[in-house]
Formats: sequence, structure tokens, C-alpha cells
Amino acid sequence: MSAVDEILEGKDICICAGSGGVGKTTTAAAIATGMAARGLKVCVLTIDPAKRLADSLGLKELGNEAKQVDPALLERHGVEMKGELWAMMLDAKATFDELVARQAPDEESRDRVLDNRIYQQISSALAGSQEYMAMEKLFELHTEGRFDLLVLDTPPTRNALDFLDAPRRLTQFIEGRSLRVFMRPSGIAARVAGRSATVALGVLKRIVGFDLLADLAEFFNAFSGMVDGFQARAKRVNTLLADPHTCFLVVCGPQGEPIDEAVYFHRKLVEAKLPFGGVIVNKVHYPAERLRGDGGDLRAALVERLGDDELAGRVAENFADYQALAERDARNIEHLAAELRTSGVIRVPYLDEDVHDLGGLAEINRYLFASSDEREALAAGRT
Amino acid sequence: MPDLLDKRLVFVTGKGGVGKTTVAVALGLRAAAAGKRTIVCEVSSQENASRIFEHTEVGFHEVEMEENLWSISIDPDESMREYVLLQLKVRAMRDLLFRSRIFTYLAAATPGLKELVTIGKIWELAQLDRKVKSGRKYDLVIVDAPATGHGIGFLQTPRTFAAIARVGPIHSQAQQLDRLITDQEHTGTAIVALPEEMPVNESAALEAELRSEVGIAVDRVYLNGLYPERFSHQEAERLAEVAAGENGLVRAAARAAVSEHGRARSQRAQLARLRRRVEAPVRTLPFLFEPELGLEAARQLAKRLH
Repeated sequence: MSAVDEILEGKDICICAGSGGVGKTTTAAAIATGMAARGLKVCVLTIDPAKRLADSLGLKELGNEAKQVDPALLERHGVEMKGELWAMMLDAKATFDELVARQAPDEESRDRVLDNRIYQQISSALAGSQEYMAMEKLFELHTEGRFDLLVLDTPPTRNALDFLDAPRRLTQFIEGRSLRVFMRPSGIAARVAGRSATVALGVLKRIVGFDLLADLAEFFNAFSGMVDGFQARAKRVNTLLADPHTCFLVVCGPQGEPIDEAVYFHRKLVEAKLPFGGVIVNKVHYPAERLRGDGGDLRAALVERLGDDELAGRVAENFADYQALAERDARNIEHLAAELRTSGVIRVPYLDEDVHDLGGLAEINRYLFASSDEREALAAGRT
Repeated sequence: MPDLLDKRLVFVTGKGGVGKTTVAVALGLRAAAAGKRTIVCEVSSQENASRIFEHTEVGFHEVEMEENLWSISIDPDESMREYVLLQLKVRAMRDLLFRSRIFTYLAAATPGLKELVTIGKIWELAQLDRKVKSGRKYDLVIVDAPATGHGIGFLQTPRTFAAIARVGPIHSQAQQLDRLITDQEHTGTAIVALPEEMPVNESAALEAELRSEVGIAVDRVYLNGLYPERFSHQEAERLAEVAAGENGLVRAAARAAVSEHGRARSQRAQLARLRRRVEAPVRTLPFLFEPELGLEAARQLAKRLH
């Protein structure tokens, strides 16, 4: 089936999702480069603090503002740019601060939140905030409308789905409704809630220490004027994710575990009614398929050709090892295609060179942007 | 016997997809074979280790896998429950707390609390005098640490928490956990890396960050998945000529040999870069030409650990 540019036809958001270590960042960068080369103004966003995207785009650093990748540099690597390629590395804390500043009714409320220690921990270090802010930045950029296409490289959470759930979880936390009710034991709410809640709160104080609760109370009070704004925004973000102009691409590797995770992730996307676009499998060992059944004793043929028994043995052994991996990959991908009820699995071969620069991205794009027939022909040429 | 396995607690960390679970299990097999009572801990609900041990489910119990080797999957909700049970001796109060919405809410919503109670459970497992009734004593606890965007997030939790909760039992317990994590005599940390450009960069950054932000000196970096050097440079050149002048299977086999040679060489260059860029000693683990990295693969790696 289709190449990435066909899948992304008419889309304005592409979200690359998958578990860690499958080449998601590289794939996102390659897709953005390829779409920009075809004439779009594209921005790729990454959240990875390891600056992987900057590495692969040959940029020294990325900041919370989009930067354009030098077209001359791209051309030097054989990428002819008809459009523009921009990149941004998300600074979760800065994005969160901006969001608070935008939602706060006045400067005083803004500063109360920014100075709160619980807020400082949430906004910089703790789980969920990166994912939430990725969605937030995506929404912001989409609203601004400066780009034809936004490509998001999702954070490498263990569970590829955490990022979908993060906005909801974090909004609920900020909302803090059930906690705020109990924070004022003398208030009407506490009387309504009853004695058991008061006792529970007392027990909790003994465990977590009163200070933590006091800080939390302060945090919720500081946020109280902004809750509605945050909720409304989270709702609009969710609407954007489910929009038919948004496209989720699942990225995975050919081993059993990443394949299982891709199947699981696809199921969750379907359940959540989010627009699934296709699946990309990286680092695939292609079998020498059309050559199989050639018959003949490979080892004997190698001995004859090389005139070296021992070397022929090593070549044959290496080939057998490679073919075993290729067969495994083929089995796993067949399973993936069956589970996803799609024939459109885009396979990118395990390239001889480790991909970490623009040249590598261009090489990957020969596969991502090829029709399936072209792709098979390219891969066959490699074996 | 490597000194890493002479510690009481070892964290195996690194980015996703580098083979952390396999290395953690291999370390466990190695220690168990040397007669140490060892437990391998998973810290999420994904249960990769039980997948390796080919058990359907490990769960929040200490399950014996082999002689001297146990496994547990640490679920944060269960850890929280156990923690509260240990804190509160009065049954009525515990029941009250578990039924309370405010408790459920706080437990779910307080940032980092899940990670904190997970590390608390790891601490409990590593005690010679176990808090849990009828708890087994372990010589070694190996943790397959979670891979997150923040390589250090998990290990940094106690320090972060001690700063948020200024007083009270949580504050002192978080401090205690931070001391455990940074106690070099009893606690070790290993990073698992792959011989590729970006994983090497990330491992070096992770080591530096662990040192500066958490106060951990990494004991060992395992470079996983290193290809064998099957062919010399001259042989590869010759095979490239053969590939160019042949067809069929001979061409495919020669081509595969040339690819393998190229990868093996670029991996050696990455190994050299890694050695230059990290302070901890680097050990290599071979790429295993196995369809799935199960228990057999972990056993093979266990033999190669040094």
C-alpha cells in the first residue's frame, strides 16, 4: 500500500507513537524532512531531553521556539527542499509557565502559582507534565496556523499510551476538586462530607506530614481561578487529536515485544476513536526471498567461488544467522498486519549505516516515501 | 565474582529498547548460580521479566523462578497499600483510609508518590530484617528500572520528595531512600547501552546526570548487542568483489557478510567512543542471533557477564 506522503495527504498533524528504542525520533524527523522536501512548511516537535532531534537534523541546539533547518545543509545531503523544515524541542517547564501566564486572571495569581513548590516540581520533573505540555504545544502551534504540517515525536514512555491519558490526569489533578473539599475542615463541605473524611484526613496528615498537605492546599488555591480555563483547553486538545485532519502513525521494531506493543497501541487508538494512519516497522531484516528455493548447496558454491573452505564456512554461517532474523521479522510483521487488518505495513530495512544525520534521514525516506512495490524493489537490491 | 553483584541492591537503567530486562535477568541468573539469594524486580505492570521467565504472570508476589532466584513485579498501588498497612497498626484506621476518596485521590494524584512507594518497596525487599511478615531474606536485589524520557526521573524521586514534604514521616522516609540509592557501598547502578551513535550519547549523558543530579556514581556500563568480528578487512573487500560479480544465493550471502563486517566495524567505533565518554568501566555483551530474547538468551548472556 501507500507511502507516507499518501497517508498524510490533507493532514495537518502527524503523531508518531510507539515504545522507546524503536527509532521514533528518527522516523518523525525523516517524515518531516520528506514532507518539507515535497513543498510543505513542516515543523517537527520533540520532547526528548537527550537532544536526539537536534543531532539528527544537524542543529547545535533546539529551544522552545521553532527553528528553521538550513536548506543549504539539507541540499548538501541530497535533500532538495521545495518547502521549509522547522524543528522545535519542547521545554516542558517553559511551556507550562506560558500556559499559566495565559490562563491566570492577573499577575498576582500567576506568580502565586509559579512560586508554589508543588507547581515547580510538577512542571519540571514529574511524570505526565511532559506529555501534557507536548499536547499543549501542539495545540498552540496548530491554532497559530503557521505550518502546513506538524509532526510530533511523542515522549518515550514505557507505556506508549501514557501520553494520551496525561492531559486528563493532569487536569484532574490541577482541578483537585475532591481534595479541596476536604482541605477546610471547618467549612460547610467538611460537615457535609462527614466525620469519616475528617478522620481520614487526620490519618493522612500523620503519614504524609502536614506540610505536604498544606503545600497542596496552597497549590489548589493558587490554581482555583484557572481550573475552568485548563479544562476547556484540555477538551479542545482532545477534539484536535480526534480530528480527521490528525493522523497517528505507529512506529515499532520487528522483535516480538515492540510488535505486541504496536498491536496494543493500535487497539487503544481504535477504542479511543483516534485516527490511525498506518504502521512503520524500522530495522527490518529483509530475507533474500526471491532467491530462496534457488536450491543448490550454498556452502559448496561458496567454497568453489572463494577457494577457501574456512572462509566459506563463516560466510554461510553469517548468512544463516541473518536469514533466521529475517524469517523472524517476516513472521512478526505478518502477525502485525493480521492484527491490524491492514496490508499497509511500511517496512524500513536495517541499514548498513547507523542513522543519525541528514544523510541517514534521506536514506530512510527512500523507503518511507516509496510505494510498496518500489520499496520491495529497493530492499531486494540490497540482498 | 564481579564486585557489582557483591552489593545488596543493583539498579539496571538505560533507555527503552536496549535490553535492560535481559541484562537484569542475566545478572540475576549469574548471582543465583554463585549461590546468592537474588530477586529481580520489575517496576511497572508490563512484566517483561515474567515474559522472559515464561511465566504467565509474576505480579506483586515474590515468585521463585529458579534455585536462588525470585522475581516480583512491583505495582505502585499494591506498594501503597502495603506501606499504609505497615504504617498504621490500627485496623479500623486502615480500612477507613482505603475506603476514603481523599486517600485514593491523593495517592493517584500526588506527583511522584507512585515512584516513591515503589522505591520504598525495593528498600523493604533489600532489608535483612524484612518488614513484611514471613519475608524472605535476599542477598541481592536487582531492579529493572523503568525507561522514561527522564533517564534519572525514577531514581531522583526520593530527593524530589524530601524537598516537597518538609516535615513528617514521608520527609524522613524519602531522605532514607535517597541515602539508600546513593550508598555506594551497598547500592550499585549499571547502564545498558547499544553500540549506536545516539544510544552512546544518551548513556554518557545519563551517567553525567546521575552523578550531578542524584549523586550516583555508575558502576558499570554494559554495551549490549555487539556483533562478532567475523571477517577481516581484506576478506570483506574480497567478498564485496564476489557480491558484485555473482548472482543468486552466493551474491546474497557475500552481501550479508559485507554488511555484517560494516556493522561490526562501526560498532567497534561506537564502543571506543563510549569508553572515551563514560567514567565507569565498559563491558560488552554479544549480539545474540536468537529470534526472541528469552530465558535461553539471558542464560547465554549470564555466562558472558564479566
